[in-house]
Amino acid sequence: MNSFQKKLLAGLIVLAVVAPVGIFLPAAFNAGDAWGEWSTETLEKMIGFIPAGLKKTADLWKAPIPDYNLGDEKSSFTTQALSYILSGAVGIALCALILYLLSRFLFKKDD
Amino acid sequence: MHIPDGYLSPQTYVPLYAVFAGFLAAALRKLRKSLSSKTVPYLGMAAAFSFLIMMFNVPIPGGTTGHAVGAGIVTLLLGPWVAMVSVSVALIIQALIFGDGGITAIGANCFNMAVVMPFVALWVFKLVRGKAAGGWRVSAAAFLSGYLGLVAASLVTAVEFGIQPLIASEGGKPLYAPYGLEIAVPVMTVEHLVLFGIIEGAITLLVLRYFLKNDPESVYVMKEERV
Repeated sequence: MNSFQKKLLAGLIVLAVVAPVGIFLPAAFNAGDAWGEWSTETLEKMIGFIPAGLKKTADLWKAPIPDYNLGDEKSSFTTQALSYILSGAVGIALCALILYLLSRFLFKKDD
Repeated sequence: MHIPDGYLSPQTYVPLYAVFAGFLAAALRKLRKSLSSKTVPYLGMAAAFSFLIMMFNVPIPGGTTGHAVGAGIVTLLLGPWVAMVSVSVALIIQALIFGDGGITAIGANCFNMAVVMPFVALWVFKLVRGKAAGGWRVSAAAFLSGYLGLVAASLVTAVEFGIQPLIASEGGKPLYAPYGLEIAVPVMTVEHLVLFGIIEGAITLLVLRYFLKNDPESVYVMKEERV
């Protein structure tokens, strides 16, 4: 990694640290879910029922850190903000690791 | 723009998985040929950048939220194939670890944000830039490539949502995403046209200018012309 690339990496870490802006701003401006990304409960409130197929598949997967939050929706802002920063760090680490392994694999097969 | 589980019918998400797999295989083949030791650190950083930028939810006051994706700038810096692989990795991590975007919708989400967006961004940049080596044309091309890349991704996503009531209903009731094209398309494209796309365009422009100043040799879209 050259010095310019190190600077970029530092920039990414700064992005992760300030990422809670991404949960603070929507809360401050009273904005809800992204369009089409409603929970089944929210959708039921909007249209009066939960579509049958959606109901069956909506909770197919239990993500280890759902919504980038180690607490829940009622947790304090501090908990949510720290979870968000940690999620960003986990994201950086996993992205770097996976693409490093992938490029090693692609390189190795090169003849 | 991360479609959750349950919003797409199998007749939508299965073909999109197949289409995405085809593009991903092609991208990995391209990468094998073009990978150099200098670009390897950039791959992980590109994925991480996209991952992080998607965490910055921007509110429409009293309404919905949205975010930039970063696929436009990654395309300009590293090319559409690298963008495809790195943005896909970010999206797959978001789905598996953070439940952002469904497991069944990974193919769809990667197709929208990691396939459609890079190619639209590249095409728009080339079209607007023409033969300019710098100046306002390059800046306009950068802004518009991010802007229209994101708008195109939102349009494709909206079509996937909007066709659900048409192709998967029972007794007049939708089985999956409940809103038709007449709602999904205007809502999603307009919110990206008036707000989220502008943010994507601004990020694309600023980051490109930063790279042109500090590491111009590595910028994919400017390099191509010289070959």
